Amino acid sequence: MTVTANTAAGPGPQAPQAGVSRRPGSHWAGFALRRAGGLLLSLVMLIVLTFMIVPLIPGDPAQAIAGTDASPETVAQLRGQMGLDDPLPVRFADYVAGLAQLDLGNSFRFNDAVGGIIATKLPYTAQLAAMAIILVLAIAVPVGMAVGILTRGGRRRWLDLAFGNVAGFLASLPGYVTGTLLIVLFSILWRVLPAGGADSLQALILPTVALGIGPACAVARVVRQETATVLEQDFMRTARGRRLPPLRLYLRHALPNLLTSTLTLTGLILASLLGGAIIIETVFNYPGLGNEIVQAIIYRDYPLIQGIILVVGLIATVLNLLVDLVLGIIDPRTLGAKSHG
Amino acid sequence: MADTATVSAPGLKRSFRWSPGLILGIVLMSLVALTAVVAPLALAGPAETLTPDARQGTSAAHWMGTDDFGRDILARSLVAARLTLLMSLGATAISVLCGVVIGSAVWLAPRWIREPALRLIEAAVAYPSLIFALLIAAILGPGSTTAVVAIGVAGIPGFARLTANLAASVSHRNYVSTARLLGVPGHKIITRHLLPNMAEPLFVMATSSFALSLLEISSLSFVGLGVQSPEYDFGRLLNEGLNSIYAQPLQVVAPSLMLVVTGLGAMLIGDGLAAAADPRGGRRHFAGRKALSRPASLDPAPQALLEVDNLTVTSPAGNQIVKGISFSIRPGEVLGLVGESGSGKSMTAMSVAGLLADELSVRARTLRLDGLDLLTTRDAKALATGIGLVYQDPGTTFNPALRMGPQLTEVSRVHLKKPRRRADTDMVEALDDMSIQNPRLRMGQHPHELSGGMLQRSMIAASTVSQPKLLIADEPTTALDVTVQAEVLRKFRKINKEHGTAILFISHDIGVVQELCDQVLVMYRGQILERLSAADLKAGNVRHPYTQALLAATPSMTETTDRLATAKWQPEDELETTR
Repeated sequence: MTVTANTAAGPGPQAPQAGVSRRPGSHWAGFALRRAGGLLLSLVMLIVLTFMIVPLIPGDPAQAIAGTDASPETVAQLRGQMGLDDPLPVRFADYVAGLAQLDLGNSFRFNDAVGGIIATKLPYTAQLAAMAIILVLAIAVPVGMAVGILTRGGRRRWLDLAFGNVAGFLASLPGYVTGTLLIVLFSILWRVLPAGGADSLQALILPTVALGIGPACAVARVVRQETATVLEQDFMRTARGRRLPPLRLYLRHALPNLLTSTLTLTGLILASLLGGAIIIETVFNYPGLGNEIVQAIIYRDYPLIQGIILVVGLIATVLNLLVDLVLGIIDPRTLGAKSHG
Repeated sequence: MADTATVSAPGLKRSFRWSPGLILGIVLMSLVALTAVVAPLALAGPAETLTPDARQGTSAAHWMGTDDFGRDILARSLVAARLTLLMSLGATAISVLCGVVIGSAVWLAPRWIREPALRLIEAAVAYPSLIFALLIAAILGPGSTTAVVAIGVAGIPGFARLTANLAASVSHRNYVSTARLLGVPGHKIITRHLLPNMAEPLFVMATSSFALSLLEISSLSFVGLGVQSPEYDFGRLLNEGLNSIYAQPLQVVAPSLMLVVTGLGAMLIGDGLAAAADPRGGRRHFAGRKALSRPASLDPAPQALLEVDNLTVTSPAGNQIVKGISFSIRPGEVLGLVGESGSGKSMTAMSVAGLLADELSVRARTLRLDGLDLLTTRDAKALATGIGLVYQDPGTTFNPALRMGPQLTEVSRVHLKKPRRRADTDMVEALDDMSIQNPRLRMGQHPHELSGGMLQRSMIAASTVSQPKLLIADEPTTALDVTVQAEVLRKFRKINKEHGTAILFISHDIGVVQELCDQVLVMYRGQILERLSAADLKAGNVRHPYTQALLAATPSMTETTDRLATAKWQPEDELETTR
């Protein structure tokens, strides 16, 4: 869950387009087209991957699901129920047809619509991830910028060193270890915060911290590095030449140039936060999608597994798209660029 | 082909940087690796024998207590190092091998396969790797092999992308294209040329990936999808500890500690190697700005607008870049400062403006603008409005994230407290004055939408709108086309004539300078060689041999010569004569 620096090239001193202005609309049109293609590709990939789960199960999927001691009749019945006797293309067509009607099938375990189960669990995971990302941005941007500004041009070497080591250490801690230790400290030793559930806002504090603190430190390190880079740019010298008050200098001139790389990174982290949430939920017995999919895998509840992976994957795709959109608004030059490199 | 050796072995030229973090990481990892070898041999008994001493606290016999079945927790945590490390190694091996094979295959494939394949890899990288891991776990069912395969497969897209990107960048180098032209088959190019060049970044990423695999495999075991009882790794132990966390909170401490130490060690190695491989290393030095070191000049020249007396600029290494120069500018005068790159002319200009880089230290006996002591003043308004600045490269001196208008009117709004509308109207007028078409439209655009010449004229407009006493122009035409240059120079002359603004004009182009300036200072290696009037310069009436050489090196539009001269002059013993 760590993210190394230099993920984004940043706004940097790229050569400006010398030509007279291009129509801004053409940027957005090309961008929309490219992203629509990417979205479609991701969707197809997700559908194919989730479909392939069952056919790829070693041996007879029905036997694996029913258990080794199940009677042949039960297995045969299950096979018919899952449509395993049909040829693969027919099954895929059925799967896609079901998805087209937004039907994710029925859970084996609960004998209930997968869509409904996901709908009740998703808000919990979304809430956790949203709070964690807020925590990440609320810590990483101010702290990273402040350290970057205070240590600019080689000032305060000690702060640079202390920050780098502390943040590096915290970023290297996996969330589930942090979470477990937080429970020991805050729930068992000091008894100030609940160790699980999702009944109150208080119950969200520990999971949010466990999930967000590592990424927050990783992003803070990148923000600090980017701040140092931005402060050395020519346009910052221009701004200093205007003798602006420090707040204006850093917030108005430096911050927007940090946002591109910070948000790109946060977008990447958002995806990994979703993954992290799946694990963290187990630590805190939190009733979200993560807990659900882990149970589903243990109980071999394939429709539920497929449904959750589809939904989480789709959310990750949409989030990436949103981040790109926000980036395009903040820094229009990114629209002209490819999504990477 | 001659430079093949230097290109193919960039790592050998740099000295390897052993950072403290890297050393600590290697020490930690070595300890864990040693534990993984020794602990299963020495501690298997206490770790796996069931005893009646269940759930004991710390004691001399059990430093970290015992679990539900009376097994020593510390011993179990140490023994678990073996399985954890082996599984992480396995997963990393899967990621690297499959990733490199797929990445190379994609790079070798014909274009119609390569492009979509790259898109696919790109899309796969964007997903949380845990999703792939869960997918594999769902197919194979929970278990230790599952965990290894799942995390290994989840890491493949990252390595495939890195390999494909590296292959693409390496293959653009001369010797690889030559080899391709010579008809060397693709797989040979990969093994002979590409892999050796990609080894370093791949290795760095593999160490980082190992750290991640370790934590992710443990996380799978932790939620119950990885290692199953009676086997145990760090994650499984933490899971058992969490189940009895209220009865025996101590039980989670030892596996947590092992996970933290191992994860930290692996990550420190990864980060340390990445930093050592990054050629942009090296720390900055902050020199501070040494103000006035000696009393102000005894002989203030009352008619001078800018007065510079004995200015030195020193680099962090202690080299004097500007060696105690003195000059002055009268109101309305245009003073040119010429010299080749590195002569210290830009340093001089930027120290007058107070905008030198942090690591350079500035000293002067006097540095004064119309009564304002530039060395000590903190009067932001006087500085911002008194000195106008035009920089060398208009492409980088504007903030790319902000629109033109707010940048151009900032001094008026912040220091002159003009309301926004008023500042905008004034700026539009100033832009119009600089022959910028559609000034209102331009102010709503971002810098990258304007041409270099337009940007530079906007910069001139912005720096004159506050009616500064002095305009400092640091090579303002160097980055521009010749036709645009002439236009920008005309604007400087216009400002000088119409507003009587004094200009300090820096350029390496003596031709440009003699067009515009009243007086010219010739700088060389941080010293002023001579001061000339424009008339002298035009007439070729120069004394110093370096100036003569500079003049001779300037091609003229009117005369035709067979070949261009270069400034040939050996300064070593002649510098003394002028000071």
